[in-house]
Amino acid sequence: MAINRLTWKIGGKAGEGIMATGMIFSQSCSRGGLHVYDISEYPSLIKGGHNNLQVRVEDREIFSQVKGVNILIALNKETILLHKGELVNGAGIIYDSSEVIEPKEINDNIRLYPIPFNNIIKEIGVQGIMKNNVALGASIALIDYDFGIVGEVIKDNFKRKGDKIIDENTRAAKAGYDYIKNNFKNDFEYKLEKTGKPGRMVLTGNDAICMGAINAGCKFYAAYPMTPASSILHFMAAQERRFNIVVKHTEDEISAINMAIGAGFTGVRAMTGTSGGGFCLMTEGYGLAGMLEVPVVIILSMRPGPSTGLPTWSEQGDLKFALNASQGDFPRPVLVPGDIEESFYLTQVAFNIAEKYQTPVIVLSDKNLAENHKSTDKFDPKKVTIDRGSYADPADLAASLDTTFFKRYKYTENGISPRTIPGMKKGIYTASSDEHDEEGSISEDIDVRIKMMQKRARKMDTLAKELKQPELVGSQDTDANADADITIIAAGSTKGPIKEAMILLEKEGIKVNFLQIVYLNPFPSEKVAEVLGSAKKTAVVENNFSGQLADIIKEKTGKDVDKRVLKYDGRPFYPEEIFTAIKEVVTHG
Amino acid sequence: MVKMTDLNVIDRPNWCPGCGNFGILIALKGAIVELNIEPENVAMISGIGCSGKVPHWIRTYGLHGIHGRALPVATAVKLSNNGLTVFTVGGDGDGYGIGMCHFIHTMRRNIDMTYIVHNNMIYGLTTGQTSPTSEKGVRTKSTPSGVIEVPVNPIALAISAGATFVARSFGGDVKHLQKTIVAAVKHRGLSFVDVFQPCVSFNNVNTYDWYKQRVYDLQAAGHDTTDKIKAFTKSQEWGEHIPIGIFYEVLSPTYEDELPQIKDTPLVKQLIDNIDISGLMDDFT
Ligand SMILES: Cc1ncc(C[n+]2csc(CCOP(=O)(O)OP(=O)(O)O)c2C)c(N)n1
Ligand code: SF4
Ligand SMILES: [Mg+2]
Repeated sequence: MAINRLTWKIGGKAGEGIMATGMIFSQSCSRGGLHVYDISEYPSLIKGGHNNLQVRVEDREIFSQVKGVNILIALNKETILLHKGELVNGAGIIYDSSEVIEPKEINDNIRLYPIPFNNIIKEIGVQGIMKNNVALGASIALIDYDFGIVGEVIKDNFKRKGDKIIDENTRAAKAGYDYIKNNFKNDFEYKLEKTGKPGRMVLTGNDAICMGAINAGCKFYAAYPMTPASSILHFMAAQERRFNIVVKHTEDEISAINMAIGAGFTGVRAMTGTSGGGFCLMTEGYGLAGMLEVPVVIILSMRPGPSTGLPTWSEQGDLKFALNASQGDFPRPVLVPGDIEESFYLTQVAFNIAEKYQTPVIVLSDKNLAENHKSTDKFDPKKVTIDRGSYADPADLAASLDTTFFKRYKYTENGISPRTIPGMKKGIYTASSDEHDEEGSISEDIDVRIKMMQKRARKMDTLAKELKQPELVGSQDTDANADADITIIAAGSTKGPIKEAMILLEKEGIKVNFLQIVYLNPFPSEKVAEVLGSAKKTAVVENNFSGQLADIIKEKTGKDVDKRVLKYDGRPFYPEEIFTAIKEVVTHG
Repeated sequence: MVKMTDLNVIDRPNWCPGCGNFGILIALKGAIVELNIEPENVAMISGIGCSGKVPHWIRTYGLHGIHGRALPVATAVKLSNNGLTVFTVGGDGDGYGIGMCHFIHTMRRNIDMTYIVHNNMIYGLTTGQTSPTSEKGVRTKSTPSGVIEVPVNPIALAISAGATFVARSFGGDVKHLQKTIVAAVKHRGLSFVDVFQPCVSFNNVNTYDWYKQRVYDLQAAGHDTTDKIKAFTKSQEWGEHIPIGIFYEVLSPTYEDELPQIKDTPLVKQLIDNIDISGLMDDFT
């Protein structure tokens, strides 16, 4: 018997409400004090293709999906055929009893729970689409979880749709629950119990980015839909009136970034978000923001390329693109959150850096982080204080002449020039995409060009000085091992499965340290070089083909990592895969 | 009272002597003075081209951005601070070529701002290639055997895309132009003004004289600006007689009118240090 440790999976045709049912399950577990991590897979089409969502549940904090499914809800036969190989011994399949399953199709150790969905639905008089809920209820009975919590979650989730819908959904789930209780023995090996502390949020990285942006005072969001960034647009649009934000679905990504620049120039905290293809269109605007020294936050949520690639899958293949997009040299801070908390806090930091250093800032995420849900403690909205950077002193402005432009691009030691915004008397200037002098006037003068390039570049030096170097940690965020067998270096969403893999490695007696790169630029060269110089062995773990992070490390430190653990099939790393790869490096080099 | 000198800058425009842009700049300044708008409350947004340099030669806030992308910038400036008077200025290549997508969408958005296109029917800054408004057959550096396509019709496009103020003027007639710009700014909603602008260096067909012989004032001719079909008919006139003036004007709610978020306070004036997301976090538990 295993209590509070299982993976639940639901699969069926796209358009059958799989994601919504999965969310109800995740939230029900979280409300019972359990930790959840879910991951969904869906093709780039709307109706008919295969969708599935997998929820891992435990009574400790968990950071990624793992291999092995304990309970599979198959809304169609295809789901069984596609996922039966993932089932562990003693796992159960809940499916429609009208499907015929040949004994040879399924391993003996798997338990079958056929349910007459259509009869049940007819009996209780609800629509066919409620099949999901019948199945959900059945799974709750099987794992012996508290149905009351599920009922509450259904009520909250369908609040806006009215009492009738709430009632139908609840009755459907309850009918499935009762069917299992009345027709099968209570001997399923995997169970869930309420425990610990309820009240965690169940949310995605994109949700966290939006909360971070709203908390940071983002007042303008412009974007063009593109997976996996679209849900940022939906979230911000849904909240625009509650928090007084202007959200614009633009004609294209070129417009989106130029609008964000317009808002930033006017003095409003502004953001845009897209994936690689959209960012291709934004690159000219990205450079414009760099040249005008206008603050803008850009969320770049990666999916596999090149071109349209795998639209609804994940990859970390745009690291070099983010670092090098647009012509010329200018400060390009790039922040890479590794989990949901960091998505929240770093988005706020991104706004501060953008305003303080008057430059565009990229927050680099990916589909895994953007769209997978995790139960997460509520954030601390006061942790990151808003820093709006330096504005021209009104007294200085009052004393200045009426006939000239304000020195908006004044040469300063730290590279940061106090700004003015439209409406400020005597702060008048023109922001120019042409090279310009301190007053913003176009200039092709040799001296001006050199000084202005250096001034902009100094902002990056100032920022680099302000940032802390990253810290090496051991398994479960403990202090680093003094004599680790290997050090893993990574950036972004691979953090989750790496943390899980570290636990597995420790159990095998392998001592492992982890260095997470959060700032791709300014890059923490000092610390990375030190680690590469002292670690017994090093490996990068990246979701891309070529090992872009390893290349960047080489560029910045001159040193090679010993091993590149790479995956580029569009799927996230499983901890087991990292475990095997790292163990192999440690034992065989 | 705002004076002409308040808008002057020390640098002199570096357009070619005789360029039609000078007339447009004078009319623009004249309109701002006539409307008595404080220079710090004006935002002059442009893309790239000879025309795109206007913000550098008028003492208002300005943003001289990238080729073809001025309208999205201007849109957001207005939405971020709807107390500002926002102008977008740029060339025919900028607005009807590379920026055409934004042109159409801005016309249908009805943001309360003014868009002035310096239409010289040529690419000036890049030394004389064909533009979307070049007439069929015109020989330029990029079309040595003559343009094969027919020109775009900005007036007809703007009307059909939903613009609420559509006008045309001529840089060689500063009085008419200033009057048109004043009407454009006074109009609540998106105002579009296509301006014939002689390019003395690269367009030797559409000269000051060419225009002077052809243009006639719609208002003097008693044109009904409230009739969309008549406006559309007028937009098709070309050749010996070319109409200038206001083709079409209609009042309809602006984009800003539809945003309760900025009804009381412009975005830029809204305080951000005390935003409470606790309810939002609760929604996710
Ligand atoms: C993306 C991009 N492509 C090309 C150019 C080069 N370019 C600068 S101005 C211009 C055309 C100018 O024509 P128009 O917009 O009509 O302005 P004018 O100079 O005639 O006022 C071009 C193609 C550029 N700056 N950016
Ligand atoms: S090239 Fe033509 S448009 Fe440009 S400044 Fe000279 S005359 Fe004016
Ligand atoms: Mg032109």
